[in-house]
Amino acid sequence: MIEVERLTIGYGERVVLERLDFTIARGQVFAILGGSGCGKSTLLRHLIGLEAPMGGAIRIAGAPPVQEAGPPAYGVLFQSGALFGSMTLAENVALPLRTWTTLDPQAVDTIVRAKLRLVGLEGFENHLPAEISGGMKKRAGIARALALDPPLLFLDEPSAGLDPVSSVELDQLLLTLNRSLGMTTVIVTHELQSIFAVADACIMLDRGARGIIARGHPAELRDHSGDARVRAFFNRLPSAT
Amino acid sequence: MEGADTSGFRVERIDLAGGRSALRFVGELRFRECFDAWGRVRELLAPAPPRLELDVSGLEGMDGGATALLLELRSEAAAAGSDAAIVGAAGRVQSMLELYGGHPRRPSLLAPPATIGILEQIGQETRSLLNESNALDFVGDTLLAGAQAARRPGRVNWRAVPRLMERAGADGIPIVLMINFLVGLVTGFQAALQLEQFGANIFVADLVGLSVTRELAPLMTAIIIAGRSGAAFSAEIGTMRVSEEIDALRTLGLDPFHFLVFPRVLALTLVAPLLTILADVIGILGGLLVAMFSLDLTFHAYLAETEKALDLFDVFSGILKSAVFGLNVALIACQRGLATRGGAEGVGRATTSAVVTSLFAIVVVDAIFTVIFHAFGR
Repeated sequence: MIEVERLTIGYGERVVLERLDFTIARGQVFAILGGSGCGKSTLLRHLIGLEAPMGGAIRIAGAPPVQEAGPPAYGVLFQSGALFGSMTLAENVALPLRTWTTLDPQAVDTIVRAKLRLVGLEGFENHLPAEISGGMKKRAGIARALALDPPLLFLDEPSAGLDPVSSVELDQLLLTLNRSLGMTTVIVTHELQSIFAVADACIMLDRGARGIIARGHPAELRDHSGDARVRAFFNRLPSAT
Repeated sequence: MEGADTSGFRVERIDLAGGRSALRFVGELRFRECFDAWGRVRELLAPAPPRLELDVSGLEGMDGGATALLLELRSEAAAAGSDAAIVGAAGRVQSMLELYGGHPRRPSLLAPPATIGILEQIGQETRSLLNESNALDFVGDTLLAGAQAARRPGRVNWRAVPRLMERAGADGIPIVLMINFLVGLVTGFQAALQLEQFGANIFVADLVGLSVTRELAPLMTAIIIAGRSGAAFSAEIGTMRVSEEIDALRTLGLDPFHFLVFPRVLALTLVAPLLTILADVIGILGGLLVAMFSLDLTFHAYLAETEKALDLFDVFSGILKSAVFGLNVALIACQRGLATRGGAEGVGRATTSAVVTSLFAIVVVDAIFTVIFHAFGR
């Protein structure tokens, strides 16, 4: 589904990560791990086409990430939810449907309600983002990302700031979407509980190495990695970050 | 033996045989109490012995700030040539030393900023300012997005235009009326003072009418629009930028130019002339008030003189100018908003920059119009 070849990324002239190679299979829940400041979110911004790489290539279903306006090929959840503050939750979720489909308003309304129900926000359709909590914003962001039923979903720190129950519910939702729809999911996170709950495979980035220091199944890395940084990360030892 | 006393702790220097010295700390080391006395504690390091022990066995406890001072004292002694060590730590004191001194130094991955001269600094700041604002990129992107919008008008967020016109126009009417009324009033007073000396009272109507319609109303209205709507647009888009909403728009396949910029440009370009028409009327009324109460002119005489002095060109030139002012303010505000970087401070900087640049652009555009009109004999 996603192929990354010799990818070098950064800002301006500063290289953040270099010569990354990895593949994400269709239907996989793939986690990008690493400590704070290692470039996880920067990598995600490149994968979704918001930034152009300094070198190398990214291919999503054989094509480079979309950088022009047009029907989106994937859904994205940003760290803060990134809901449009002047729109209600329903209008936020309806926006991609109104823009990229020819559905009548009643059908759009039906889908919007279903998506909000899916993320546990039934009854909040007419609330503005400022009127709901951070966790709810995040869930509304997922509803908007799922509005067009994309085959691929990117999530930036989905569990960050959520209470433990909401976090587990979110993991369950992602797993259900993945198992029932075969939706490929790429998660940027450092929440170990979520990683073990949902990820089929992961890569671990390191700031000092400017690249990938481990790849594989999370449990395998936790139990068998020979790299002290990886063991420290998975076993919550202080030197991990 | 030398020493330094404070209410919380005592420190003394003991010089031993074989070039060894010890600074012996006793009591509770709390940074608020020991900070004032620390200068005297540092003086105890001199003369630097070959070997120095910072003996903390007599300390009952110490806080974080005091631990940092103590570790720094060890570094200073080492830098002065002593083989310095902290000895005798136990219990809570040992824990604090491990907590503050146990972290290995991690060199930054970023290169330290190079020291540069003032001229180079000015050059760099100017270059980064120009790069940051990406003004040329913005003009290019706007033209490109404009061409795309002309081909597919459905892409533009037309639904936002009435709401934006209401915010920029209808909501701004009271302040536009108030300011322009006062401007008309002041212009009338100033004109009256001069013209009265020559018995040319009636020409107050000419002066107020011409200056308000051709210059003052469009200019004052544009300044109000820049301060109200320009700042609002810039802050709104800037906040959307730093809270990832612009990124979210792009990932939803929506072009920020179609969705945010065009509706705002259209709204201000339409609203500015409408507000200017109101400003013309209220400005002339301000002058009328002065003429009636200060120069004893009649309502009809004043309006008849105004009608005689003004032709359609005077009014339309002002309206045309105001449309260009509106266009300018909207483009600058949106550009500054989209170029916002770095959180709340960035939004503040973008908003300030949007207003200042808009005011500058308004004056420049006004000057250009004046030259053009003059060239055509108007």
